Amino acid sequence: MNFTLKIWRQKDAKSQGAFETYKVENISADTSFLEMMDILNNDLIHKGEEPVAFDHDCREGICGMCSMHINGHAHGPSQAVTTCQMYMRKFQDGSTITIEPWRSAAFPVIRDLVVDRSAYDKILQAGGFISVRTNSVPDGNAIPIPKADADESMDAAACVGCGACAATCKNGSAMLFVAARVSSLAKLPQGKVEGARRAKAMVAKMDELGFGNCTNTGACQAQCPKSISIAHIARLNREFLAAKLKD
Amino acid sequence: MAYKLDAKTPAGELAQKWSNHKAAIKVVSPANKRKLDIIVVGTGLGGASAAASLGELGYNVKIFCISDSPRRAHSIAAQGGINAAKNYQNDNDSVYRLFYDTIKGGDYRAREANVYRLAEVSNLIIDQCVAQGVPFAREYGGLLANRSFGGAQVSRTFYARGQTGQQLLLGAYAALNKEIAAGSVKSYPRHEMLDVVIENGEACGIIARNLVTGEIERHGAHAVVIATGGYGNVFFLSTNAMASNGSAAFQCYRKGAGFANPCFTQIHPTCIPVHGTQQSKLTLMSESLRNDGRIWVPKKMEDVEAIRKGTKLPSDIAEEDRDYYLERRYPAFGNLVPRDVASRAAKERCDAGYGVNETGLAVFLDFKTAIERLGKETIKQRYGNLFDMYEEITDVNPYEQPMQIFPAVHYTMGGIWVDYNLMTTIPGLYAIGEANFSDHGANRLGASALMQGLADGYFVLPYTIGDYLAKKIQAPKVKTDTKAFDEAEAGVRARIERLFAIKGNQSVDDIHKRLGLIMWDNVGMARTKESLEKAIVEIQALRKEFYSDLKLVGNNESFNVELEKALRLEDFLELGELMARDALNREESCGGHFRSEHQTEDGEALRHDDKFAYAAVWEYKGIDNVPEMTIEPLEYEFVHRAQRNYKD
Repeated sequence: MNFTLKIWRQKDAKSQGAFETYKVENISADTSFLEMMDILNNDLIHKGEEPVAFDHDCREGICGMCSMHINGHAHGPSQAVTTCQMYMRKFQDGSTITIEPWRSAAFPVIRDLVVDRSAYDKILQAGGFISVRTNSVPDGNAIPIPKADADESMDAAACVGCGACAATCKNGSAMLFVAARVSSLAKLPQGKVEGARRAKAMVAKMDELGFGNCTNTGACQAQCPKSISIAHIARLNREFLAAKLKD
Repeated sequence: MAYKLDAKTPAGELAQKWSNHKAAIKVVSPANKRKLDIIVVGTGLGGASAAASLGELGYNVKIFCISDSPRRAHSIAAQGGINAAKNYQNDNDSVYRLFYDTIKGGDYRAREANVYRLAEVSNLIIDQCVAQGVPFAREYGGLLANRSFGGAQVSRTFYARGQTGQQLLLGAYAALNKEIAAGSVKSYPRHEMLDVVIENGEACGIIARNLVTGEIERHGAHAVVIATGGYGNVFFLSTNAMASNGSAAFQCYRKGAGFANPCFTQIHPTCIPVHGTQQSKLTLMSESLRNDGRIWVPKKMEDVEAIRKGTKLPSDIAEEDRDYYLERRYPAFGNLVPRDVASRAAKERCDAGYGVNETGLAVFLDFKTAIERLGKETIKQRYGNLFDMYEEITDVNPYEQPMQIFPAVHYTMGGIWVDYNLMTTIPGLYAIGEANFSDHGANRLGASALMQGLADGYFVLPYTIGDYLAKKIQAPKVKTDTKAFDEAEAGVRARIERLFAIKGNQSVDDIHKRLGLIMWDNVGMARTKESLEKAIVEIQALRKEFYSDLKLVGNNESFNVELEKALRLEDFLELGELMARDALNREESCGGHFRSEHQTEDGEALRHDDKFAYAAVWEYKGIDNVPEMTIEPLEYEFVHRAQRNYKD
């Protein structure tokens, strides 16, 4: 297969970026999208040009490192997969593919397609944990947890922290990311103890870091590679309101 | 000068050793902990859990990781589960049984005391993770669920769908975030350790490169912990994440730390087979699939050929014409034999010509029987995400046709030599998790990597490091303007400049792919004296090419992924040779190390306990010099070493 690639190139955070056009040829349909990028980069190096910088690591859809906007979609046109799990058979032979970094004020570009997502770490540092010390805990089976609750907690915990939700949202809101963590812990008895403090602290940090507000467009859910449901946003709102009412 | 290795194994009964040891080692008072600095390199299960626990204790901790967040470490990709001897299933499991299975699974090439301790603390890990909010799978009664993994006849594996590593890492990362928020841990993401600094024979800091700006930084500490995982990417194609590397461990080795059993590599039996020559990465299909999947190839060559041509589908092959070779050869364990055994059995069938894809390097993993027995819905619940992932990659629906699988490099049991305290041969330098060599012998059982990473980080290192740091309570802050730091930084800068100055024609990947092929063909699933000697010569030649023909673009003072990769490849080019040398020395077969010259009549690994019941610890002697080997004898006090038997 052959493709024309329009890729965002940007030297560093301070420089102006622009699209550059490249061609890749004789790509097998079984090649993954990022392997196609590897092939392009190896060609560029042989021409003495700098390769396209992009984040990636596990290539199994779980580390959350890959982060491209492809043809206007976070993680490309396929549903419920990360960029690394997409294969070239999903694209039409001869087509033009546009590749951009996440576009979000809270995720400044570092280089080309690589952005700085440390804002997500900061939100979790504000309260995305249960305050237990190592070795100061009861037996794992001491507190039974209904299977349905554990399953729902796991649904939310599947978030890989890639940033697609905020990058997709027209308001640049990180609500789905925050909700996934708050909701996952809220469904467990262990997480309930600090529930109110957590919801308030994480929402406050999200606002402070320049993420926008949620207007329930649902775009985040549609683009989330792990199909995290916006029902978790509803739970976050409930947790947050209940906490505020207690103040 | 050969090492004087002291494993510091405590005396006493096996079950008492760890308690006795904890009672005997020193502790540091809270007032003194505040004055002590610790560097942890790597933020996977080992590094994150260690840093969080050390921060909680009151030490000042700095953590370094190469990715943009500690949460991305490769532990996250572990799918199947984590073992613990809880005996929640009432199937007669116990700490002793987990210990025994692990030491037997490792083909009697690990230390008894270390392995026993691992089994002993395994139960604490589950409790810890539950308290952190890890959403483990549960039964309808609300209690924790279990499944089985290879090499065990009990159900002791705890899991969170097919994402156990992710959930455990998010637990450890949350603990880390708690400490970062509290100010006891400072995080340095997108930083790569390029050297360890040694002063007066003790580790006193690291040199790190800021991967965004290229700045070379000095960081001092009273102790340094290496938690940077394994070196499977020496093979280029592996199931490891793309950036996983052996470089931090290799810098320690260059600076004098012993490197133990480098040849012990785990080849995982259930990975998606290689397609073409432009692949960058192999994908693992969780071992948990072997709970319900059955592995087979056709009995008749005509069926093999028909499947390859596409004139027959696998589902067309009648039951009586299928060779469920693991069930045939190992009735007692069946499809749940340990990984090394399953991988070699697949290779044996493919070598005999029964491989089922166009390359002849694939076997089937079939869920037909399980779907008939349990229904599609149950299988979907258990493995849905893995089935989806398989279909996405191969375009084949595994509910209808069997998966095709083949062994691939997955894990390295070898690593930096450590004593019972997890300290390397360099005082103040520790290695935990996959980066050390200590617990898995010559083969690791499934669901035990997560166990070891968290055991080391939460429950072992936070105690044992105190024994060393107790001697440092009067030491001042480590100064980084010393000669040792000057020299280490100058060395790093010279290394980088040298690579840019080569200006050759081959990219990093071009050379790395060639190294990978040399390793896979000669130091892979079956090794011979001839293949290993050939590998050494070829790697040396390739290394010369690297230094004369590498093409590296860009500069140091920017975000430059090619430079990162080049530095890692430079280390792999030495590490690969070390692996071949170790494999050449070990004239026996054990676990994942299979020397074709040493096998039983049935083709099983044949150990030579009289000659090789030891850990081979290598000491660096310079890039083109032969390293020196020192032996740590593995004395078995409690377990009788037998030929491993998974048949009955």
